[in-house]
Amino acid sequence: MNKLELQKKAVDVRRGIIEALHSAKAGHPGGSLSSVECLVYLYFEEMQNIDPADPRKADRDRFVLSKGHAAPVLYSTLAHRGFFPVEELLTLRHVDSRLQGHPCMQDTPGVDMSSGSLGQGISAAVGMALAAKLRGDSYRTYCLLGDGEIEEGQVWEAAMLAGNKGLDNLCLIVDNNNLQIDGPITEVNSPYPIDKKFEAFNCHVINVEDGNDLNQLDAAFKEAKATKGMPSCIVMKTVKGKGISYMENQVGWHGKAPNDEEKAIALEELRKAEEALCQK
Amino acid sequence: MSEVKKIATRASYGKALVELAEVHDDFVVLDADLAAATQTGVFKKAYPDRFIDCGIQEGNLMGVAAGMAAAGMKPFASTFAMFAAGRAFEQIRNSIGYPHLNVKICATHAGISVGEDGATHQCLEDLALMRVIPGMVVMQPCDDVEARAMIKALYDYEGPAYVRLGRLAVPVFNDEETYKFEMGKGVVLREGKDVTIIASGLEVNESMIAAEMLAAEGIEAKVINIHTIKPLDEELVVASAKETGKVVTVEEHNVIGGLGAAVCEVLSEKAPTPVLKIGVNDTFGESGPAVTLIKKYGLDAETIAARVKAFVK
Repeated sequence: MNKLELQKKAVDVRRGIIEALHSAKAGHPGGSLSSVECLVYLYFEEMQNIDPADPRKADRDRFVLSKGHAAPVLYSTLAHRGFFPVEELLTLRHVDSRLQGHPCMQDTPGVDMSSGSLGQGISAAVGMALAAKLRGDSYRTYCLLGDGEIEEGQVWEAAMLAGNKGLDNLCLIVDNNNLQIDGPITEVNSPYPIDKKFEAFNCHVINVEDGNDLNQLDAAFKEAKATKGMPSCIVMKTVKGKGISYMENQVGWHGKAPNDEEKAIALEELRKAEEALCQK
Repeated sequence: MSEVKKIATRASYGKALVELAEVHDDFVVLDADLAAATQTGVFKKAYPDRFIDCGIQEGNLMGVAAGMAAAGMKPFASTFAMFAAGRAFEQIRNSIGYPHLNVKICATHAGISVGEDGATHQCLEDLALMRVIPGMVVMQPCDDVEARAMIKALYDYEGPAYVRLGRLAVPVFNDEETYKFEMGKGVVLREGKDVTIIASGLEVNESMIAAEMLAAEGIEAKVINIHTIKPLDEELVVASAKETGKVVTVEEHNVIGGLGAAVCEVLSEKAPTPVLKIGVNDTFGESGPAVTLIKKYGLDAETIAARVKAFVK
C-alpha cells in the first residue's frame, strides 16, 4: 500500500475510534489516536500472513496491545482490515458485544492476546517470540507499550528476558505521547531516558522523532526487521489525541468519550483531513 | 511389613515431566530460578532445549507461559506456591485465567510442611486464590503415584490448571499397578458410617492413620481423598454427607478458602451437614522441622483423631 493509501486508512481508523467511543460513552481516545499510524502501518504494511478469514493462522505475525486501554485503535484497525464489520465498532463496551473495554482474545477475531492490566502484554509477546524460536517458526511478534505503562516493573522483567534470549523476532514499540492519567509522565514518575533503559536491557533501540509519520515508521520497522541477535525497541514520539484538535496533548482526553457535539467536530476535522488527502 | 517408601510430590513432578518428554516433544517447562527445588531441574538436565529459566521474575514467568500457550505450545510453569499463586496472582488471573490459556501451573513448597524456611515461604492461601479464578482447575496429589498420574493427565488437559505440590517426602500408599487418576473424581479410601473425613495432599495419609485410631475406639470413619479441589466431586461429597451425617475436612491450608470451604459451599446449598474444618486456623506459619510443625498446627493423625472423636460424640 502506498503512503497516501495508508494515510487514508489512518483517517478511517480515527473515524472508527471516535464513533466507537461516542457510542460507548466511555473509553480511551488519547492513547488510541496517538498510535493510529503505528497500527495502520503494522496491519496494512508490515505484518505477514495475517488473514481476516483465518485469524488464528499458525504462521501469522502476532501483535500484542500491551497498553490494552487503547483497544479502540486495535478494534478500528482490525475492522478496517476486514476482521469484522466496521459497523460493529459501535458495539464497543456494550453488553454482549465482542468488543470488550480491553482486548479479549476469545471474543474478538484478530486479537492475539488479551490485555489491559498494564505490564502484562509484553510478557505474553516475549512468550510468543520464544515459542517461535523454540519451534523454528518464522513469524514475528510486535508489542505496543505505553510510556506510562513502562513504569510497571513487569515490563523490565520481560525486557530483560527478551534481551537475554536475543529475541530478534520481537519488536517492542513504546508510544511516547508523554501523558498518563495523572499528568505528564515526567511529573508522575518519569521513565526517561526510555531509549537508554531499553538499550541497557540489551534491546536494539530505534528512536522515531515523529511516530505519527508513516515514512519514519517505515524506516524504523525496516531497521527492526533487519536487526539480528537482539530484540528491537522502537521508541516513537507521538501526540496524544493526534488528529482531533481539541484532544491533542490534553491529558483530560486520556479516558473520556466525546459527546454528540464533540463527536461532530471530530468527524468534521477528519472529513477535512480526508479531503486534503484526496486532493493530493 | 516392609518400610513405607517416602517421596515428595515435587520429586514426582520432576520425574513425571521426564517420563512425559520421553513420549511427547510439544511441551515446555518454565521456572524462576528454583529448578533444583521445584525439581524441574531433572527435566532441565534431560531436555535443556525445552526448559526456560526466567530467573527471579514470577510475574513475567506467568505472562511468558501465557504467550507460549497463545502460540499453541503447552507450558508447565513452576515456582513455589507462594510466588505463583501469591505474587503472580494477577498475572495468572488476567493473562492465563481470563483468556483460558493452556498453562499448567505446577507450584511446589505449598503448606506448612515447607518447614524451616518459615512463614514467608509457607503458602497457606493458594487454594483459596486459585479456586476463585473462573475456569481454573485446582488439584493436589496425595502421594507419588497420584502425582505422576495427575501430571500426565494434565498434559492431555486443555485449559488453565494449578497443581499444588509439596516439599516434604510423604508415604507412597497408592498402588501404581492399579491406580487410575480421574480429574474431578474423589477417591473413597475407606468406608465408614459414623463420619466422613475429606482430605487432600499429605493430609490424606494422616487422615487414614487417624481413621485407624478411631476404629480402635469404635468410630468408623469414611475417608475420601479429594485430589481435584476444583471442580469438586460434588456428587460424592453430598452422598457421603447424607450417608454419615457429619463431615470433617483436613487440609494443609488456611481453614478459610480451601478444601473445607469448598466442601461447605456445596453442602450448605445441597445437603446442610455439620462440618468440622481442620486446617491452619487463619494464622501464619513459622520455622521448624516439617513434621514438628504438622503436629504443632494440629494437622497430624493423633490430633485429627482426637478432634474427630470430639466432633462425632
